[in-house]
Amino acid sequence: MTQAPAPGEHDIVAKPLRHPWRIVWAVVLLVVVGLFVYSLATAPTINHAMVVQYLFSPLILNGALLTVVLTVASMVIATVLATVLAVMKLSENPLLKVIATAYIEFFRGTPLLLQIVFWGYLGMIFPNVIVGIPFTNIVFFNAPTHEVIPMLAAGLLALSLNEAAYAAEIVRAGILSVDAGQSEAAKSLGMSGWYTMRRIVLPQAMRVIIPPMGNETISMLKSTALLHVIAVAELYTVATQISSQNLAQVELLIVAAFWYLVMNTVLGFPQRYLERRYGRGFSRTTGKTRIGRGGLNGGHV
Amino acid sequence: MAATSKTPMVRALAVRKSYGNKEVLKGITLDVQAGEVLCLLGPSGSGKSTFLRCINHLETINGGRIYVGDQLIGYREAGAVLHEMHPKEIAAQRRDIGMVFQRFNLFPHLTALENIIEAPMGVAGMDKQKATDEALFLLKRVGLDEHANHYPSQLSGGQQQRVAIARALAMKPKLMLFDEPTSALDPELVGDVLEVMKDLAKSGMTMIVVTHEIGFARDVADTVVFMDGGVVVEAGAPEEVLDNPQHERTRGFLRSVR
Repeated sequence: MTQAPAPGEHDIVAKPLRHPWRIVWAVVLLVVVGLFVYSLATAPTINHAMVVQYLFSPLILNGALLTVVLTVASMVIATVLATVLAVMKLSENPLLKVIATAYIEFFRGTPLLLQIVFWGYLGMIFPNVIVGIPFTNIVFFNAPTHEVIPMLAAGLLALSLNEAAYAAEIVRAGILSVDAGQSEAAKSLGMSGWYTMRRIVLPQAMRVIIPPMGNETISMLKSTALLHVIAVAELYTVATQISSQNLAQVELLIVAAFWYLVMNTVLGFPQRYLERRYGRGFSRTTGKTRIGRGGLNGGHV
Repeated sequence: MAATSKTPMVRALAVRKSYGNKEVLKGITLDVQAGEVLCLLGPSGSGKSTFLRCINHLETINGGRIYVGDQLIGYREAGAVLHEMHPKEIAAQRRDIGMVFQRFNLFPHLTALENIIEAPMGVAGMDKQKATDEALFLLKRVGLDEHANHYPSQLSGGQQQRVAIARALAMKPKLMLFDEPTSALDPELVGDVLEVMKDLAKSGMTMIVVTHEIGFARDVADTVVFMDGGVVVEAGAPEEVLDNPQHERTRGFLRSVR
């Protein structure tokens, strides 16, 4: 403190604080992971050639493709339905509120696996889908249920309807996170309730909604494997069908695991794009999102 | 309403408002003529902001009537029976009433320009070119034409409030409500906002301003209303109410804000 530094001079040249334990732990972890990989790679019980052989087999690739399609389709359907449910639950209309609440309670309150089987076996409860006027003989449409709702559609339905219940709460949280002053300002300009929701509230809620929805997407990608029980030919079903014939269970599980990891990594990219898109205006310097400029410095200014 | 020769812009008749058991407005009656600037003063909790928010039906009232122009706000009167209005009709009424908030309430995901053109385009159905031209004109009027493409987070509080004023003006309101427009601002930014408001008053806009800025009230107001405890204690020209207050409560308040 003898002399003040000249303005603008970077006069702090300190030795960085040392963290010796970090290095120790890093080494320990590396050794453990290395041993695991080594034991997998050298295990005589695993047929490594077979893993490589099936990794790019058309059957497996088609299964993986269907998994992606199911994931994306059910997330899209679920998000739309969730937004409707969230708005219903927040509305002043008691009927809408009750319907949304009951829906959410029901689909969150029963196991997804059960719901999948239920939709798959719907034909056993209602053998025919009939559209007509009740208690009369007038029928416009009559077809066997399993033709109207094939297993693929049943699976898609089960995943979307279940996910919508969870996503509805995420969307509701997002809507509630927007300051009440925003709606007041919109009202004072003569905007209707629906217009305010669509143009003012939801775009701001997206910032809060997207990260947990990314989480849900990852979860959904893995939940598609449950469609195994109704024989939808997605990745896991295909892998187990192959292994039930050649008895190479572990090899095909490794193949499936590899593709699940790859797909989840790729699905993370759209999330980053969306976060940037809806983060506009929420950071001081550029008007772009904090995430977009992240880099090594951690980003937020 | 044939009592006066011309219809006032705002007429409040015995307006009452309660939150649960607590009555916050205990019969407010006042008129605001077209082109008049009325400043509402009073200690916090006196009900002045609540009253302001009743005028555009952001708050519902429990008694009395509020008319803006010849329209009863929020209700349709059929004989002795009042019918609640459909939200669409209320929205239509609000289009003629601009409001500026203490905390600005700009839309953070839209630029200054987008904030201003949103309602003219989406609500009034104006085409984009015309809305943009008018918005740029308004931004120039509030001295921010160079900040059109800035997001609210990139503007100072004073700049945000001026954009908020421009946003309200874009709907071409007959009446402007200001709810403590300078209370959330750093002292050095207050002047610019008051300047814009003075300008607006000069242009003949009808304004109701809830404020603590006694100087502004003295310079700009045609009428000053002092409220306390949910009632109008005193109302009149600024020189009467501010310089020669008749009530002890008014005197006490004026001493405390000076």
